Amino acid sequence: MTARAFLIRGLIAGLVAGIATFFVAYSVGEPHVETAIALEESGTAAEEAPTDASHDHGDEAAGGHSHTHSHSHGDEGEDTEVSRDSQRTWGLLTGSLAVGLVLGGIVALVAAGTIGRMGRLQPGQSTALITLLGFVAFALVPFLKYPANPPAVGSGDTIGDRTALYFGFVVVSVLTAVAATYVALRLRNRLGTYGGVVAGAAGYLAVMVVAGQLFATVNEVGDFPADTLWFFRRASLFTLATMWGVIGVVLTGLVGRLYAAQTERAQRRALAASL
Amino acid sequence: MSQVSAVPVAGAPSVPTIPFGQLAPWALFFGLLGTLVLFFVSTDQGAVSLLAGTAIHEWVHDGRHLLGYPCH
Repeated sequence: MTARAFLIRGLIAGLVAGIATFFVAYSVGEPHVETAIALEESGTAAEEAPTDASHDHGDEAAGGHSHTHSHSHGDEGEDTEVSRDSQRTWGLLTGSLAVGLVLGGIVALVAAGTIGRMGRLQPGQSTALITLLGFVAFALVPFLKYPANPPAVGSGDTIGDRTALYFGFVVVSVLTAVAATYVALRLRNRLGTYGGVVAGAAGYLAVMVVAGQLFATVNEVGDFPADTLWFFRRASLFTLATMWGVIGVVLTGLVGRLYAAQTERAQRRALAASL
Repeated sequence: MSQVSAVPVAGAPSVPTIPFGQLAPWALFFGLLGTLVLFFVSTDQGAVSLLAGTAIHEWVHDGRHLLGYPCH
């Protein structure tokens, strides 16, 4: 049980998760990305939102800028063309693998720091719990506030604000989750496991509900078709769930095996010493 | 933060812990590396540009959208 052993297993879990995520994103998500880009290019999406009067959610969408998604954003001098074929295959695979490896490694190192420190949970159990908390704090709750948007939704003029809001919210969520977990473990000594877990979860929920109210709402949907938007967002959530789910399953299995092997070795040594 | 909150129970094998001191260099190094990689996949050449051009943005474009990062 060393940091190195955890990191290696985390990278393996992340690699597997990255590959699985690519296949889910490619088969479930890409059709809706294609639909969105087709809409954007035909100019029926956000660009030509009618007048703002019809409904209030068209107000920010009509930014009036046009950028094609196949694929030059046209703002910098040197445009780099990457074909849609590359974007949806090798490009998507690159992103999935990179994020998978990073998340797998980080989750494994956090799990390494928490084994033996989370009540009476066994290493495999605490690792599974850490992954679940990571999914909720890093992916699910930020998604609920700032859901993923397909191409054509989201103006290039507001990318700075949207990025700052999104990562600000992620930071608040992750820090709150860490604090809530720590509080839950401390309270557990006084209130028992049930009381500690309920207090920690309620604390996280309370802080995030307030943060959700305080952080500005982003709505640049315009008259983008609601069904395509929902299909894309659902696919995005499947993609994130695949990433975290596979990391959790593989890492929990590997850590469980590592601990079992070490326990067996220790028992054999104890037996040999007693003879 | 280093108190072990587990109440020792007679008979139950105690789970080993990894000292934070041993963990720190790994966490620091991989944390920095990971943040950098996440930045390039999720944000570079969008809101903030460390490297000029749009090549990285274009290459990871679909991943950026489907993994839920702000993009346009």
